[in-house]
Amino acid sequence: MVYMTTALSCSQLPYSQLPTLMTRMTGDEKHGPSATSTLDVLWVLYHDILRVDAAHPDHPDRDRFLLSKGHGPMAYYAVLAAHGFLTPADLDGFGSFDSTLGFHPDGTLVPGVEIGSGSLGHGLGLAVGSALGLRLTGRRTPRVVVLVGDAELDEGSNAEAIQFAGRVGLDRLTTVVIDNDSAGLGWPGGIAARFAVEGWSTVDVDGRDHDALRRAFTVEHPERPLAVVAHVESKSA
Amino acid sequence: MTTTTPTVDAITAAEDQRERFYRLIPGLLREDPRLALVLAEIGAGYLDPVATAPAADRVINVGIREQLMLGVAGGLALTGMRPIVHTFPPFLIERPFEQVKLDLGHQGLGAVLVSAGGSYGWPGGGQTHFGHRDVALLDTLDGWTVHVPGHPAEVDTLLRQAVASQGRVYLRLDNSGNAHPHDVHTGQMEVLRHGNAGTVVAVGPMADRVLAATAHRDVTVLYAATVRPFDADRLRGTLTEPDVVIVEPYLAGTSTAQVSQALRGVRHRLLALGVGQAELRRYGTTTDHDAAHGLDVSGLRRSIDAFLTN
Repeated sequence: MVYMTTALSCSQLPYSQLPTLMTRMTGDEKHGPSATSTLDVLWVLYHDILRVDAAHPDHPDRDRFLLSKGHGPMAYYAVLAAHGFLTPADLDGFGSFDSTLGFHPDGTLVPGVEIGSGSLGHGLGLAVGSALGLRLTGRRTPRVVVLVGDAELDEGSNAEAIQFAGRVGLDRLTTVVIDNDSAGLGWPGGIAARFAVEGWSTVDVDGRDHDALRRAFTVEHPERPLAVVAHVESKSA
Repeated sequence: MTTTTPTVDAITAAEDQRERFYRLIPGLLREDPRLALVLAEIGAGYLDPVATAPAADRVINVGIREQLMLGVAGGLALTGMRPIVHTFPPFLIERPFEQVKLDLGHQGLGAVLVSAGGSYGWPGGGQTHFGHRDVALLDTLDGWTVHVPGHPAEVDTLLRQAVASQGRVYLRLDNSGNAHPHDVHTGQMEVLRHGNAGTVVAVGPMADRVLAATAHRDVTVLYAATVRPFDADRLRGTLTEPDVVIVEPYLAGTSTAQVSQALRGVRHRLLALGVGQAELRRYGTTTDHDAAHGLDVSGLRRSIDAFLTN
């Protein structure tokens, strides 16, 4: 197993540069909580957790990150640019006809982007299939991390995937739920309970606290998939 | 009482398309470690457990979760595997249509979708289990190959081709069909009969009925077991009188656009026969439904005669 990633290449940009990168897409100097709800989770994943390498974006032993919640991808593109998958200049054309960067990502266009998303409720099923596929092809090292939103969980397709992943014990699968309290009808009793009852290990965490996020993503969860519920500011706040 | 063990030939002769599929699957799984069969309960009980055992981990039954069935197929394909997804047409194409569209097509991934039951293979099941919309729905998507075999031996050829390819393939299995198989490996239409006064295209299981219904007419009869891509060259190349009838075992008119495109620039008339759109709210037998949709021999003869003599 020679594939390693965590050595940071000099092309990487620090966390403090993310707002500047996002400004190249939005034109705004300031970004509200909604645009940045995923920012810290994405940063921690790419900076500290995921074994991915911009020089080898298709390496078969890479970890897979699937952005299911395709909405508001500026934070995602900014983090990808900070880690060398995109150049900062790529961000300038965001959403234009000749750009590879849409308001929803397209996995066939952007190196390092595993799936196209935008229609809610597709990433978890694809992640379950990816985790099964890696298991069946004997690749036990890569983990599969899928990011969903709390409102996205309204889609019933997620329930199918959550149930199945728990039943078959997909221990290389992690779902991170960004909870900004945007589900119209709410989740009485909390989101983690929905995963726990289906046999997942769960962690509730402050979605802005990098140390807490690192701990959450590295918690042991033998023979079970892991759900990390990352709480951030309420969308309506 | 003595029992006799049927020969393999006898088994094969009695087998329908769906049974052939279940019998082929274990061997295909054993031969190709990239293959996985994804099920949503339907079909799981029909696989021979002994024959399947060496590849049992690649039979993935997700329970009655059809959206997940397609999502899992997409995920498997993302990791380089070749998924075969199987259930009845409404649960394979209609219920998870957005997963067919996005989890396979939009991701640029391939898969083999295999349905069983055709348009009304279980008439007692009624409307909820009827599958005549499938090919028309796939026509709204990019890049699907669609096979409609007319005999279990054609299933063998087409399934092996499909799993060996990389693309998005739909294999539509039907209970009914033709007495003898045709050579379907080229994907081209076969000329079953040459004539001078029009062309009748018979799709998959309709071939024997079309031949019987047109026996008294001087028409060319073409056989299509592969309808997408549609073999426009063969239709154009064999055209005599530009009167064309297409007989499909699913929603009537499904291939009208393909015929029009094949004959663009040629003044022609077209009759498209198939399963009607109206909900009949009837049960009964497949024979009853063939008759109700005018897809039995006498119904076909009536429609084709009326069209060609006008």
